[in-house]
Amino acid sequence: MTTVSEGLLPRRAPGAAPDAPAPPVLSLRDVRIGDRAGDREIVRGVSFELAPGRAVGIVGESGSGKTLTCRAALGILPAHFEVTGGSIEIDGTDIATLNPARWRALRGTTISAVFQDPASYLNPSIRVGAQIAEAVRAKKGLRRREAHRRAVELLRTVRLRDPELVHGSYPHELSGGMLQRVLIAAAIAAGPRILVADEATTALDVTVQAEILDMLAELRERTGLALVVVSHDPAVVARLCDEVLVLREGEVVEQGPTHAVLHDPRHEYTRLLIAEHEQYGLDRFRTTGEDT
Amino acid sequence: MTGGPARTADDAGPAGPVLEVSGLDVHYGPRHRRRPALRGVCLSVAPGETVGLIGETGSGKSTLARTVLGLVRASAGSVVVGGEDVTRHGPRQWRALRRRGVVQYVFQDPLRSLDPDLTVEDSLTEPLLLQGVPREEAAERARAFLPRVRLHEELLARLPGELSGGQRQRVAVARALVTGPRLVILDEPVSALDAATRVQILEILKELRASGTALVFISHDLGSVAGVSDRVAVLHQGELVETGTTHDVVNHPRHPYTRLLIGSAPTLYSAPADRAEREALRALLRT
Repeated sequence: MTTVSEGLLPRRAPGAAPDAPAPPVLSLRDVRIGDRAGDREIVRGVSFELAPGRAVGIVGESGSGKTLTCRAALGILPAHFEVTGGSIEIDGTDIATLNPARWRALRGTTISAVFQDPASYLNPSIRVGAQIAEAVRAKKGLRRREAHRRAVELLRTVRLRDPELVHGSYPHELSGGMLQRVLIAAAIAAGPRILVADEATTALDVTVQAEILDMLAELRERTGLALVVVSHDPAVVARLCDEVLVLREGEVVEQGPTHAVLHDPRHEYTRLLIAEHEQYGLDRFRTTGEDT
Repeated sequence: MTGGPARTADDAGPAGPVLEVSGLDVHYGPRHRRRPALRGVCLSVAPGETVGLIGETGSGKSTLARTVLGLVRASAGSVVVGGEDVTRHGPRQWRALRRRGVVQYVFQDPLRSLDPDLTVEDSLTEPLLLQGVPREEAAERARAFLPRVRLHEELLARLPGELSGGQRQRVAVARALVTGPRLVILDEPVSALDAATRVQILEILKELRASGTALVFISHDLGSVAGVSDRVAVLHQGELVETGTTHDVVNHPRHPYTRLLIGSAPTLYSAPADRAEREALRALLRT
């Protein structure tokens, strides 16, 4: 399932013998997140390890704690939340030891993220190319002209059909799918090793969603980018991830290889999520005959 | 039928289609910069039939709905509703048509189909009163319709603002169907609802198919539409690219766009090899 062509991966040597499994770029151990005010525990023990070129999915309804878990790993928990237990390591560094300056150095270059509403992360009055170039200049220290070239290159990488035109456009001139691609371009501008995609395709049309998921899969294979995919839709996770965690009210009710969890769910809650998907998904209308 | 005499016989005979759209072109924008929103759309809906109209953002699906409802003017072609050519109808003729209860509608946001100042009971009786049904009979028919949208009588006295999203949409569906119109246009009726509520509304629509009213169910989501529709029509960039029975379109799609649409739908059992096929279809559609 996860055959990655040799020679394409990874850009940075994982620092291990060729055949040994690469050390994880992100690992969460029994992570707990609490509300500072009411000493309520909202996330209760999330653990997973993510190796380069792998993808882990977190499935759950809104309020299950999937976004808080991601935000903890990105060091951007909302003000009144804090990690109350367990540990998070990015590329071997415990994030509890990071000061703001080291966080700034890490974000974008090692871990990066895209969220559901791309428009709200862009300045409406600045052309998108300039905003990506800004990210490139800040993180990579490139000069203006090189940054421009790199921005166009990134827009091409995320399969925008006319990168030069998009580069010179304002956010309001682009569709939701194009904006999400622009955000992904900005997120991978500094060559991160981990990309968190939190409901990144939820608001998009189904063909656009598939195009972005395919693009992420390709990026992962080609560059060894590791993915954390968060979605309420188990099918989105099924398309991209090797491993899946099912989260309910902050608790991991089921975790394992995607194929096993989604095709042979053990927990009743996982079954419910899958039944819900199947009730209005397309699967049930397809006959099994493979004639086209 | 639960609610007394459902429809009058003065519209076209039962054999003719309730909706016949032929060669429909619609343009938007000022005269010198007109953009086509629909091009040569032909669609026929038989009495009592449920047709799913699938399209993504910018496909023209809402434009088609609005044109059929007389809210947008066609630049070419014709729209025949219940045997009556409505293409050149003015507002007064449209009001008359609606009053006769030939065609009704349900929008994505139930607050758009419901008057915020009318109680559920008034919302449901109003279309009947407009048809000249006596008040008592109208109240009786409204009440009798409630179980079909799984609403409790207790809700009759409430205002739309006092209902949940799912309840509101069920009231909107009931209001559209209570007069037994020949045709109801539903524009993304389940898109704003959560998964559980969506399934409930879809179940209700499925049951209402037996009522004899033709439904045109517009959605961006083929999965939602497939369980309810006898036939589906696929709209892509203003053109109807494929029409067929739900089974045929889902299992044997012919147009590259339909194939891409079906191949793009996230399913739990999709094969990784589908990626190359989607890529090939995208390349094909780009040319």
